[in-house]
Amino acid sequence: MKKRVPLTGNAAAAEAMRQINPDVVAAYPITPQTEIMMTFAEFVADGLVDTELVTVESEHSAMSACVGAAAAGARVMTATSAQGLALMHEVVYIASALRLPIVMCVVNRALSAPINIHCDHADTMAERDSGWIQIYSETAQEVYDHTILALKLAEHEDVRLPVMVCQDGFITSHGVEPVEVLDDDVVKNFIGEFKPWYPLLDTDNPKTYGALDLFDYYFEHKRQQFEAMKNVPRVYEEAAKELSKITGRQYPKVEGFFLDDADYVIVVMSSTAGTTKYVVKEMRKEGKKVGLLKVRLYRPFPKEEIASLLDGRKAVAVLDRAYSIGAEAPLFCEIKSALYDAKVKPQLASYVYGLGGRDTPPSLIRSVFEDLISGNISKEEKYLGVRE
Amino acid sequence: MSLKGWRDLPPAGVILEAGNASKYKTGTWRSIRPVWDVSKCISCFMCWLHCPDGSILVKDGKVAGINYDYCKGCGVCASICPKSAIEMKPESLFEEGEK
Repeated sequence: MKKRVPLTGNAAAAEAMRQINPDVVAAYPITPQTEIMMTFAEFVADGLVDTELVTVESEHSAMSACVGAAAAGARVMTATSAQGLALMHEVVYIASALRLPIVMCVVNRALSAPINIHCDHADTMAERDSGWIQIYSETAQEVYDHTILALKLAEHEDVRLPVMVCQDGFITSHGVEPVEVLDDDVVKNFIGEFKPWYPLLDTDNPKTYGALDLFDYYFEHKRQQFEAMKNVPRVYEEAAKELSKITGRQYPKVEGFFLDDADYVIVVMSSTAGTTKYVVKEMRKEGKKVGLLKVRLYRPFPKEEIASLLDGRKAVAVLDRAYSIGAEAPLFCEIKSALYDAKVKPQLASYVYGLGGRDTPPSLIRSVFEDLISGNISKEEKYLGVRE
Repeated sequence: MSLKGWRDLPPAGVILEAGNASKYKTGTWRSIRPVWDVSKCISCFMCWLHCPDGSILVKDGKVAGINYDYCKGCGVCASICPKSAIEMKPESLFEEGEK
C-alpha cells in the first residue's frame, strides 16, 4: 500500500534512509542538510532502524568513517551540503576509487565566500570528476525515489560506485510536498541484500585496502573505475525500469517536457525544471514552440541522449546553477561538447542563474525563452537575475 | 615479473593476499646505505630495535648484517649505534662497475 504524506525534501531523504535501514551512517550536521540527520537520528533513537549512527567531528571524518565502514562490509549512507562536501573532497575520491557503494544525500548549497546557506550547485559540481554517480532531483518525491534507486544502482555487481542524490537547498529540502511513500517491505525487497565484495570483517580472508599503488598499477586501477562508470547507464536503466513498475513514475536519464516539436529548449537541472515546466505550459498556450530538457543523471553524463534530443533544434539555452570562473559553466560546457556530433547544431546560449539562492521566478525563465525566440543570442555567458 | 592488465586485477587496488609486503623490495629507494663493521659491533641490538623496516639481520643471537632488499637508507641505525659500527655511504659507491 502506497501512502501519500506531506514531507520536505529532507524528510523524504530521511524516510528513504529509514526504509533502507543502512548498517552505518556517519554524518555531521550542516545547513540545509541538518534536518536529514536530525530526522534520521530520531529514527535511530526510537529504535526504528538498526543503524550504527556515528556522530563525527567533521565531514572529513564523516566520509572517512563511511569509507572504513563500507570497506568493513557495511551498507553505508551519509548526507551533507556545501562546505561539508568541500571538506570531504579528499575522501570523496577515495570512496569511489575503493569502489565502495556509499549513498550520500547532498542538499545543494552555495560555497563560501561570501558565506551563504542557500542553493546553488557549486558544491556538487566541484565533485563531478570524483568518480561518483550524480543524480539531481526536481521534487521531494524525486529525492525519495532517487535515494532508493541510488542504493540499488550503487550496489550493483557491475557498478559498485558511490552515488550522490542531490536536491536544491531550502527550495526542495525545506519545502513541504505530497510524497508517495512505499511500504517498508517493498523498499526492502527492491534494494535486496548487500553482499560486499571484500569485507574487512571477513577475518578468515585477510586483505588490504588502500595500499600504495605507484606508476606500475595506479593507472590500471583508474581504468577499472572508468569501466565501472561505463556500465552505469545500462544498470541505471534496468533499475529505473524496475522501480517504475513499483511506483508508476518514470526516471529517464534526461527528461523531455513538450520537447517533441519544440524549436526553443531550456536545459536545466533540479527544482528550476519545475519552474520551467510552468513557463513552458504558459507559453505553449500562446502558441510558442518551447520545451524543456531536464538532466536527471549528470554523472555519468548522458551525452548520446542529449545530442539526439537537441539535434536540429533552433536554439537551446543551458541554465547552470554553478560556474567555472574563467571557463564555460559546467552543464553548458558538456551540452556543447555533446552537440559536437549533432547533424544540425542548434544555436547555444549559456545562462548562469540562481547563485547563492537568488530567486529564479517564471518571469526570468520566460525572458530566456524570449531571448531564444527573438534571436538575442550571443557567445557571452549571461547572468540571469543579477543586478548589472 | 610481467605486470597484469586492468581486467586481471582485483578492483580498487585491494590486495587479497595477506603478508605480501615482503615481495615488494623497497631497497631500491635507497640513496645512502648503512655499512656494518663486525669488528666494532657489540650486538647491543639498538639498531635492530630502531630500524623502521626490520632490515637488521640477526643470527644466533647476534647482529649479522643488513638486509639491503628492504633497507631504505634512513640512517637511524648509524645514528643510534653506540660504537659507530655502522657508517652511511653513498649508494653510488656500490653501483656496478664502480667501487
